[in-house]
Amino acid sequence: MARSSDDVPAWVDLALLPLVNLLAAFAIAAVVIAILGENPFKALWVLFYGALGYGEAIGFTLYYATNFIFTGLAVAVAFHAGLFNIGGEGQAYLGGLGCGLVGLALGGWPPAIVLPLAVLAAMLFGAAWAFIPGYLQAKRGSHIVITTIMFNFIAAALMTYLLVNVFIKPGQQSPESREFDPSSWMPFVHEVAARVGITIARSPLNMSVVVALVASVGVWVFLWRTRWGYALRVVGHNETAAVYGGIAPVRVVIGAMALSGALAGLVGVNAIMGDQHRLILNFTGGYGFVGIAVALMGRNHPVGICLAALLFGALYQGGAELSFDLPRLTKEVVVVIQGLIILFCGAFEGLFRPRLLALFRRAPAPAPAKA
Amino acid sequence: MTARSAPSPSTGEGRGGNNVPPAIELRGIDKRFGPVHANRAISLSVPAGTIHGVVGENGAGKSTLMSILYGYYQADAGEIWIKGRRRDIRSTADAIAAGIGMVHQHFMLVDTFTVLENVVLGVEGGPLLRRGMERARAELERLEREYKLEVDIDAVVGDLAVGLRQRIEILKALYRGAEVLILDEPTGVLTPAEADHLFRILRALKAEGKTAILITHKLREVMAVTDNVTVMRRGQVVATVRTAETSPAALAEHMVGRKVLLSVQRTPAKPGREVLRVEGLQVIDGAGIARVRDVGFAVRAGEIVGVAGVAGNGQSELIEAIAGMRAVAAGRIVLNGQEVATRATHLTPRALRDRKLAHIPEDRQRMGLVVPFAAHDSAILGQQGKPAFNIGPLLNQRGIIDSCQHQMDRYDVRPDDPHLKSANFSGGNQQKIVLAREIETDPDLLLVGQPTRGVDIGAIEFIHRRLIELRDAGKAILLVSVELDEILGLADRILVMNEGRIVGELAAEEADEQKLGLLMAGVARAA
Repeated sequence: MARSSDDVPAWVDLALLPLVNLLAAFAIAAVVIAILGENPFKALWVLFYGALGYGEAIGFTLYYATNFIFTGLAVAVAFHAGLFNIGGEGQAYLGGLGCGLVGLALGGWPPAIVLPLAVLAAMLFGAAWAFIPGYLQAKRGSHIVITTIMFNFIAAALMTYLLVNVFIKPGQQSPESREFDPSSWMPFVHEVAARVGITIARSPLNMSVVVALVASVGVWVFLWRTRWGYALRVVGHNETAAVYGGIAPVRVVIGAMALSGALAGLVGVNAIMGDQHRLILNFTGGYGFVGIAVALMGRNHPVGICLAALLFGALYQGGAELSFDLPRLTKEVVVVIQGLIILFCGAFEGLFRPRLLALFRRAPAPAPAKA
Repeated sequence: MTARSAPSPSTGEGRGGNNVPPAIELRGIDKRFGPVHANRAISLSVPAGTIHGVVGENGAGKSTLMSILYGYYQADAGEIWIKGRRRDIRSTADAIAAGIGMVHQHFMLVDTFTVLENVVLGVEGGPLLRRGMERARAELERLEREYKLEVDIDAVVGDLAVGLRQRIEILKALYRGAEVLILDEPTGVLTPAEADHLFRILRALKAEGKTAILITHKLREVMAVTDNVTVMRRGQVVATVRTAETSPAALAEHMVGRKVLLSVQRTPAKPGREVLRVEGLQVIDGAGIARVRDVGFAVRAGEIVGVAGVAGNGQSELIEAIAGMRAVAAGRIVLNGQEVATRATHLTPRALRDRKLAHIPEDRQRMGLVVPFAAHDSAILGQQGKPAFNIGPLLNQRGIIDSCQHQMDRYDVRPDDPHLKSANFSGGNQQKIVLAREIETDPDLLLVGQPTRGVDIGAIEFIHRRLIELRDAGKAILLVSVELDEILGLADRILVMNEGRIVGELAAEEADEQKLGLLMAGVARAA
């Protein structure tokens, strides 16, 4: 019988429940901090202030959030097709290679040409890296979770090889490429703002954030307003119905993975073209994995993903400040806090759900059932 | 409306004397799911040692009521009394402890285990299996003898026929000490012979003083096997009567709340040109087993050809092969004079739709709809590429919703809200959504699988009438159904399938239930 979450007001499901989960995570984190001998309230204040308290902090938070939007969207697109793409990390890495190649090759060309090409190259490389597991899943039945994880390792090995043996600056010890010509840098937001007369703090935040927002809208339109997105969602929810409806799941699976990889690849634009301006090792820093948590918490919807990305961006930035200000709280403690949030918003998502839903279900609903 | 009181045990056919309290007594059970009032102050008394039918349309609340009794849900208000004692049933464990057993519509068995292993699952009686198994073996043998259950307890469940698997479910319940057995739509998957055997088992149980509650929508079975019957409608009990004192028509009227035609009037068919021809068709499933063997027949415009057979004898595979969803291993399929499938080439479902084939699949939840989608999204499944539903690269959201609204109005889908989730419609209304979508494509050939499975009586009447109208409008219809009444009521010609072969073809006027039953069971072979 009707036992879906449709029975409760939407805001309970979409806003209250994540909030309760978040508070629970912070409560446990506070206990951990107290055990370590710091004042939890002070620590939380440092975390909050470090993430959102001043201009530069906000810039960093948004910079990290941009990465998480890309990887969150990547996970969500695959998820709607019934695929669990764990390979965002590797696809982002390859995306960085793609736009890095453009940056290295087309130094000095006008930005109006280089930047769109860099974005395309990042998407193309990410897509290609996800295409292979997608193809193997669709045609050979190799499980996407296994193959995408393995492709993360292959990507890491490949990039190490390329940086150590191919791109390394001659006469250099550290495995990184030469810096790109400034004309191919993704403009910083503070520079763009300065040009129109607004002064904001310097930070790595660059125009990739606009790309991220466009991508979010694009993913929404694609999934819910095009027949391809429709086909993708049908395959994800019910493959038999898809076959019945004349949709070829093989093509959808491969296409969804490629699109997912393309989105993950855009991390390269933000990190490489927007911030580092050269190819380096490990610039992906776990963004691909956190993207899973972001998508999970954002309910695989672009709006939710943007909000969750903001939260995780703030945690990244605030966490860095935290271990700087309160040395007893090392970087690892910040990872613990992130882990708790992922745990409560992801794995334990159902912990408070039945009780909370029951609380609202019991209240007599005055209006008849509408959606 | 208050429930009429149930017949008291002393007047029922129960074995109990005047002082025996009812096996189950529900008092004022009330349950809401949000705005849905699933059970309203239900009172129901089931005398010990009787078979009690619970009938009602989908959504009438009978499953909810039984789920409350078996501990899946808890009532918002009301009391459960078992053998004269009030019991709090908060979980299925409580229900089992109170002597209630449930045989689900979908069996809860481990296919790779033996019967014995399945029965002891969860009640192994200690950390080491051996002693518990020996005790179980002795007990099972006793139960089988006593209730004519006749299952080889060392057989692997996966190898057994559906009817036998159901007996294991009954054994499981009895082994756990069930005094009251709830059977949820038990005959949906059985042959007529298997159903008869089930009823013999139920009578044997009754003779031993056990009580059975039979949830069903098949009125014939209610009439055949129950002592008393309770009719539910919209969450309420509208009647509890002694079976001997009622009739199928009266029960149907109670269920729907108005007079119902149990069979649709129709004129003889006027078959026209040949629309579908199947020759020497063979279909092999993923496990390498031939599901359809050397099947050939034709369907002409303006006729309904019915395929009768016990579920699992190749009908599903036949229809899916014609719809382009399964590979053809041998033979060929011709649609409107054009070859559409052979071993070498097979048009895709999409290409077949373009050639005016429509398909109402037998499992609407698994195939016909995408259950978590809004109704308007389910209503374009298979039509998503149609120009009217697209504006350039984008879906024409307004057009899709309008079209769905229009179909809902024409096919009397309730509630008529295109934004509602497909899952939240009753079975009959889900079926109407699929029916509307497929019929509105104006097909030449309509494949129909189990059109009224799990559909309530009022909707059955509607669906049957629509199919006859389509036939009269000159469409070719291939109808697969396990309901003999449906085949007999609709088909102009009847093919009977057994183990993948067509074992008989009968004209509608010469067919009856006995003849079909024998053919279906593979006993007889028509000339």
